Amino acid sequence: MSIDTTQQPATEGDPAEQPAAAPATKRLNTAKAMVEAIAREMERDEDVFVLGEDVGAYGGIFSSTTGLLDRFGPERVMDTPISETGFIGAAIGAATEGMRPIVELMFVDFFGVCMDQIYNHMAKIHFESGGNVKVPMVLMTAVGGGYSDGAQHSQCLWGTFAHLPGMKVVVPSNPADAAGLMTAAIRDDNPVVFMFHKGIQGLPWMAKNKRSIGPVPTGDHVVEIGKAATARPGSDVTVVTLSLSVHHALDVAEELAADGTADVEVIDLRSIVPLDTEAIIESVTRTGHLVIVDEDYQSFGLSGEIAARIAEHDPTILKAPISRVAVPDVPIPYARPLEYTALPTPARIKEAIIGQVAPA
Amino acid sequence: MSSRIDAAVQRDLYDQMVLIRTYEEAILREYHADKKPAFDIGAGLIPGEMHLAAGQEPVAAGVCAHLSRGDAVTATHRPHHFAIAHGVDLNRMTAEIFGRVDGLGRGRGGHMHLFDPDAHFSCSGIIAEGYPPAAGQALAFKKRGTDRVAVAVTGEGAANQGAFHETLNLAALWKLPVIFVVEDNDWGISVPRSASTSVANNAERAAAYGIPGVRVEDNAVEAVHEAAREAVERARNGGGPTLIEVHTLRLWGHFEGDAQGYRADLEGVPGKDPIPTYEAALREAGILDDAAVAITRRAASDTVESAIAFAKASPEPDPSTVRDYVFA
Ligand SMILES: Cc1ncc(C[n+]2csc(CCOP(=O)(O)OP(=O)(O)O)c2C)c(N)n1
Ligand SMILES: [Mg+2]
Repeated sequence: MSIDTTQQPATEGDPAEQPAAAPATKRLNTAKAMVEAIAREMERDEDVFVLGEDVGAYGGIFSSTTGLLDRFGPERVMDTPISETGFIGAAIGAATEGMRPIVELMFVDFFGVCMDQIYNHMAKIHFESGGNVKVPMVLMTAVGGGYSDGAQHSQCLWGTFAHLPGMKVVVPSNPADAAGLMTAAIRDDNPVVFMFHKGIQGLPWMAKNKRSIGPVPTGDHVVEIGKAATARPGSDVTVVTLSLSVHHALDVAEELAADGTADVEVIDLRSIVPLDTEAIIESVTRTGHLVIVDEDYQSFGLSGEIAARIAEHDPTILKAPISRVAVPDVPIPYARPLEYTALPTPARIKEAIIGQVAPA
Repeated sequence: MSSRIDAAVQRDLYDQMVLIRTYEEAILREYHADKKPAFDIGAGLIPGEMHLAAGQEPVAAGVCAHLSRGDAVTATHRPHHFAIAHGVDLNRMTAEIFGRVDGLGRGRGGHMHLFDPDAHFSCSGIIAEGYPPAAGQALAFKKRGTDRVAVAVTGEGAANQGAFHETLNLAALWKLPVIFVVEDNDWGISVPRSASTSVANNAERAAAYGIPGVRVEDNAVEAVHEAAREAVERARNGGGPTLIEVHTLRLWGHFEGDAQGYRADLEGVPGKDPIPTYEAALREAGILDDAAVAITRRAASDTVESAIAFAKASPEPDPSTVRDYVFA
């Protein structure tokens, strides 16, 4: 959807915010941070190229490729037909020949038409070849709901990808991590699925999360895949989450800190394959209370996996049963009152945290 | 203009196109009414993506004129024109677009997910994915010994999707009563046909599956009507599928909010609007005059506004029902 970027600048000069010793940063929205990271790698490495639907003149439906066509031309920024099996498969073939394609699946919900190339080929070739064939590529895709786009355009589905061995899965929540994880993903010799939430791109045509613009290092910036971040330290309850839900959790944590209800620690997973089990266990060992917030479907997914890893490690670190705030195993409904009942809203997160610290 | 078509049919085609346009204009108005001054896709009484079919009325009107209620239509992410032309309940369709309990899907589906079992109408937001189910509906009609047919609709962009080609082969192989309709509006979002498609037109692709392929130029409703007449007749008589591609027009953006900065042909677009052109031709032929046009427009407007009023009066779904309807 274009793209009247005049409504909100993608960049803001804000040198005053930077402490003298910190690395130089500039303020970018998440979309722009992704684009800058891609552009930097395209400049560094001739083998990096971008392909997908509407990634050229349009600049990506969610602004993930804005301006790249002008900078790098149609040979390296390729609009494709609506043929996901064909062009994702083509990216795989180019990767096995040593190139480093970044291929966009416009909405993750469309994986259904091309999943064979993704999970039977992209994810398995390295294994099947006994490690002799590498597939260094990035599959970037938009996820998430909250704007009434219905059951086929609002899902997260990261648990589905993470379930299938052979692909790394990264899910940034902010501009700096989007840039750093994109750089890491492009340089990685494995296929990396890069899942960005529409609600934190900083799009001018969608309600914006206030943290969708933030400081991004201007120099070489890599966020290691597989390392969670402590988005907010706290001592009473651990909230483990990712993507847009990090911001909801932070908002709730601030509110509960202000009124003295609880000191909440928020862990931003950033990657789910590999999953930073150590960071989760370290935090829960301190707090004894765990709330998992996941915008994906509840059953058979990320929240269950985290619970299992704690149970495998030592269930006695928990002082209370865990709480899950996830989509209750229904497709994402269209009507707003239903959608906002299904999604992990701040209200649901707050209720779960309060349930941990003050059991009824 | 073909003289084989009689005046009453011409009037019906015109009325149908005006009804569709009136509907799309009303949805346009309602969609944007509460998204000002800053456009926010998730705000307002009708949130979410909105793909309107203004300019593509001739395809729906010309094809659906040959269908009855027992026939099936599978439409796309841009479904309103085919829904209206195939007689989907306008009140309940509108209530669905407003996300209300009296909607076709009780507010669960939204504008890309309209299901009216009485009209055997459905649509999908996944490109080309309406083709396979249409073949299945046709298979059911054939197995049950009926002469009912299924119409599958896609855009020209969708004709590069695997599901499109798989279904053409399947339907040809099994001689299914399907009419494959491709709406070539020159664009798949920002990608022009020339940058997506290896052949000059998709009717040529029918030859690869051994079925007739017809290309209708100029968004001409009567030519669509004629091509569809033959195709529907063939399907009803056991002659198997036909592919019809219509060169039509995307009068507005891909979806609402699309500034169409990529669109080189933008300047010429309003002049290609098929409705004034057809209206002028029918006036010339003495089939329409001011009074007749006024009657058509008034009737369309009454129907549409009462559907919108119906939708707005319907309650929003109760949040406590969020888990309903996942299973039968
Ligand atoms: C499998 C899949 N891929 C991509 C999309 C995103 N998408 C929605 S509409 C569209 C363009 C469709 O073009 P066309 O088939 O020509 O139909 P039109 O919009 O022109 O009516 C695309 C790429 C989708 N909905 N489903
Ligand atoms: Mg098109």
